[in-house]
Amino acid sequence: MGNGRAQCRRLGQVLAEACAEALPKPRLEARSCAESAKARWTVAHFFEGVCFGLFLSMSIVTVQLGQCGNQIGFEVFDALFNDSHCSRGLCSKRENEAYQASCKERFFSEEENGVPVARAVLVDMEPKVINQTLSKAACSGRWKYGQHSCFCQKQGSGNNWAYGYSVHGPRHEESIMNLIRKEVEKCESLSGFFIIMSMAGGTGSGLGAFVTQNLQDQYSSALKMNQIIWPYGTGEVIVQNYNSILTLSHLYRSSDALLVHENDAVHKICVKLMNIKQVSFCDINQVLAHQLGSVFQPTYSGEGLFHYRRNPLGDLMENLVPHPEFKMLGVRNIPQMSENSLAYSTFTWAGLLKHLRQMLISNAKMEEGIDWQVRPPLSGLPPLGKMSVNKETHFNTSIANLVILRGKDVQSADVGAFKDPALYTSWLEPVHAFSVWKTQRAFRKYEKSAALVSNSQSLVKPLDMIVGKAWNMFASRAYLHQYTKFGIEEEDFLDSFTLLEQVIASYCNL
Amino acid sequence: MLTRQRGLAVRRPSRYGNGETQVHLRGLLTENLNLNLERSGATAATCGSGVTYGRPAPLESARWWARNTEAGAGSGPVGWPCRSMTQSVVVQVGQCGNQIGCCFWDLALREHAAVNKAVLIDMEEGVVNEILQGPLRDVFDSKQLITDISGSGNNWAVGHKVFGSLYQEKILEKLRKSAEHCDCLQCFFIIHSMGGGTGSGLGTFLLKVLEDEFPEVYRFVTSIYPSGEDDVITSPYNSILAMKELNEHADCVLPIDNQSLFDIISKIDLMVNSGKLGAAIKPKSLVTSSTGVFKNRQEKPFDAMNNIVANLLLNLTSSSRFEGSLNMDLNEISMNLVPFPQLHYLVSSLTPLYTLADVNIPPRRLDQMFSDAFSRDHQLIRADPRHSLYLACALMVRGNVQISDLRRNIERLKPSLQFVSWNQEGWKTSLCSVPPVGHSHSLLALANNTCVKPTFIELRERFLRLYKKKAHLHHYLQIEGMEESCFTEAVSSLSALIQEYNQLDATKSMPVEDLPRLNVAM
Repeated sequence: MGNGRAQCRRLGQVLAEACAEALPKPRLEARSCAESAKARWTVAHFFEGVCFGLFLSMSIVTVQLGQCGNQIGFEVFDALFNDSHCSRGLCSKRENEAYQASCKERFFSEEENGVPVARAVLVDMEPKVINQTLSKAACSGRWKYGQHSCFCQKQGSGNNWAYGYSVHGPRHEESIMNLIRKEVEKCESLSGFFIIMSMAGGTGSGLGAFVTQNLQDQYSSALKMNQIIWPYGTGEVIVQNYNSILTLSHLYRSSDALLVHENDAVHKICVKLMNIKQVSFCDINQVLAHQLGSVFQPTYSGEGLFHYRRNPLGDLMENLVPHPEFKMLGVRNIPQMSENSLAYSTFTWAGLLKHLRQMLISNAKMEEGIDWQVRPPLSGLPPLGKMSVNKETHFNTSIANLVILRGKDVQSADVGAFKDPALYTSWLEPVHAFSVWKTQRAFRKYEKSAALVSNSQSLVKPLDMIVGKAWNMFASRAYLHQYTKFGIEEEDFLDSFTLLEQVIASYCNL
Repeated sequence: MLTRQRGLAVRRPSRYGNGETQVHLRGLLTENLNLNLERSGATAATCGSGVTYGRPAPLESARWWARNTEAGAGSGPVGWPCRSMTQSVVVQVGQCGNQIGCCFWDLALREHAAVNKAVLIDMEEGVVNEILQGPLRDVFDSKQLITDISGSGNNWAVGHKVFGSLYQEKILEKLRKSAEHCDCLQCFFIIHSMGGGTGSGLGTFLLKVLEDEFPEVYRFVTSIYPSGEDDVITSPYNSILAMKELNEHADCVLPIDNQSLFDIISKIDLMVNSGKLGAAIKPKSLVTSSTGVFKNRQEKPFDAMNNIVANLLLNLTSSSRFEGSLNMDLNEISMNLVPFPQLHYLVSSLTPLYTLADVNIPPRRLDQMFSDAFSRDHQLIRADPRHSLYLACALMVRGNVQISDLRRNIERLKPSLQFVSWNQEGWKTSLCSVPPVGHSHSLLALANNTCVKPTFIELRERFLRLYKKKAHLHHYLQIEGMEESCFTEAVSSLSALIQEYNQLDATKSMPVEDLPRLNVAM
């Protein structure tokens, strides 16, 4: 690992230098040399031309795959749109408009009749969910999907990763990639792809892995972030552990970052925080969309700057994925509660951030039931050594964290506690490992809210579980005939196991 | 129609054989009456053909259903939005297969009529009248389909070898034609009995034909197994010979036995007539009750038994017909439930057997539905999954049930069930938002469980008893292509299957432990 660490350090330095050179300098110049407001505007305008849309967001093309991907995709766009168009934003009208414009440029394109069209491609191998999704969006009347942006077939992949990857993928490669290309052509400038898929089923996972690989081949310079829905521990699909290891290992080779949401964790949030008695998939997807919205809605591009970040996907990767061995990201947010409770609650930044930090280090997915006993290791002491995946309570070491704050008095929020070197792995300086994004614009109905995207050990345990279960099944050769039927051999499984054991070991050794 | 006229009081008759043999290939009926090796009155054939090629008047729901499930149907324009694009072809072979198929079509139509009611309120009467007064009724009541072939005489060899080769080309031609009409043919449902001649012989012959001709289309077989005290003396021969074909050529087999169906009916009768629940049960909600078209006919135990099986098929296909927040496609069933190619026998149970008229469902009752699905007396085959080893289990729920209800019940039931060491979380679930007609919710549980083994062992014992004496063997050996090796191969195929189950059962007492994983050199 010694080599790897040195590499990372170098990479971090290079990135930081590149970043310092690329953007902040011209902006500083712009501010210092421009005396009057008018001059400032002119210079800014000049730089807009130079930097190509300094104030305009780069666009993200979303690819929704399979039943899960399409259902969540809809909720995400709906959440983004509704948030950017809600009347309260607790900020000035001008600022709200800028926020709206930024969100729109990022996720929607305009059609002639004025209804925004999601920058999305919908792919499924059976028509039911896509039809449902299209009509739900059309019914909202506020935004919709493009008329020619979906691809569906008549027969699903039957929970078989191999079928999605080896049969549906090659068979429909051209049509799907064409749809994506058309969507890309609509963007003035493309930041990257957001690919929403589950990893348990067949279409989302198998075809998703195939499409991501193709995007990597055809758009190697665009970023690819995969939103992955981690299945419930039990009950959805019996072969989910096989499908999951195949998905994860393939994405690890072709994607830039994997943003993971665990169904079990989100389900708990629905029960405990949202007070939903009978949790439905719709509820789960809405919480998920809320979390994603709180990450991807516009934020200011820097401290003291009042225009919006133009390439959040790029910035996010730059901040959070310093090394290709570590690309699993998780999201936590606070506060999260039902609308009824929200009406009677007030928050302080100090309180929110204190909870959020403890959620991070004690690896809690929600603010209820946080273990306050967990403390960072005292600095100066030698590192704790290899993490054991079986240990119950454990300090959750991070590689990198990004805190996103939205709402009233956001300037006053103190994020110093996140800069503690003890939170991070030794080979990355906190200054490189931590970043914060802010905006005064409140998110949805929350006067103040915070989201934390982190690259940490917290996914090691669920990953280890899945690999372990898949390995037990693999040892008895159960279900393998279903995969070899479509060309995925034992060797492919072994490759996947090897890669993921490596990932687990790397995260454990932070 | 002999078998149908026997009442409850007499000895339960066999549902196959008695000289009657019938073959129906769904979707090719009207044009193809000569294919029916049938002497008795109309059965499902008429049902289906009436629907499929019904009057030009827009029988939307029926047509929609027909188009989406049946090959060769729906040649006219369809006004109903297509919710599903995959099709299945139901192949009903023999008397038993046809009776069940008939009930299935009837229920399926009723289900779609009921859905229509919710969408287009004024359609209801029209649809029902159309069915009752339309060609369906006419054909059903009056038309007799008569062929010049006298059946398979309870001889698997006659069905398999004689009729098989005789009709292979004709059947194939019709099957190809039906497949051409299908947008996306996903599955063949074969309904047959194991003990008789035609269902067992020709039914399993078709299985091989289908495999060769449509290798990509799944083959689901609903097989009715003979009871111990069965009146067809050669049924062990027929069953064993058929089992070999099922082992080799089916993707999934749902074994069902008459005795279990009969026990379920008795249980319901007892409940209804005891007066304890009588008035509280919602009319027409019995899993056994027959429906619209059959209303005037006096109910016989077979109708009730057939209805149970028809309901099973109906629930099995519900996810491909209606929407739900968690769809289960038919191909997912074999993917999730069949860990090894041969172990594709799934024990099924249907709950609830009836719905109480009271509309408010306490969660307790919903939970009862889940508990019942695992109890011995709700299984459609005499087997006790609770005390055997699960390889995998699917729960297919219909109605207003949420994922949280499902999860709660799985957690609740898991400790009392034993799963094989490498599949401790072997659950597959699906939610379909449309409940069956007359119910608020329902559950179909499919279990790949070693509890099917006793049925197979018993079958083998009965076979060996006959075979040792060479009883009736000459009836088989005189058929061209039949040799003694057919019997020995069949019985060793069954023994191999039993052995596989034995090996799994042997792991039952072993502690579940994690195996050493791959090591990573850092």
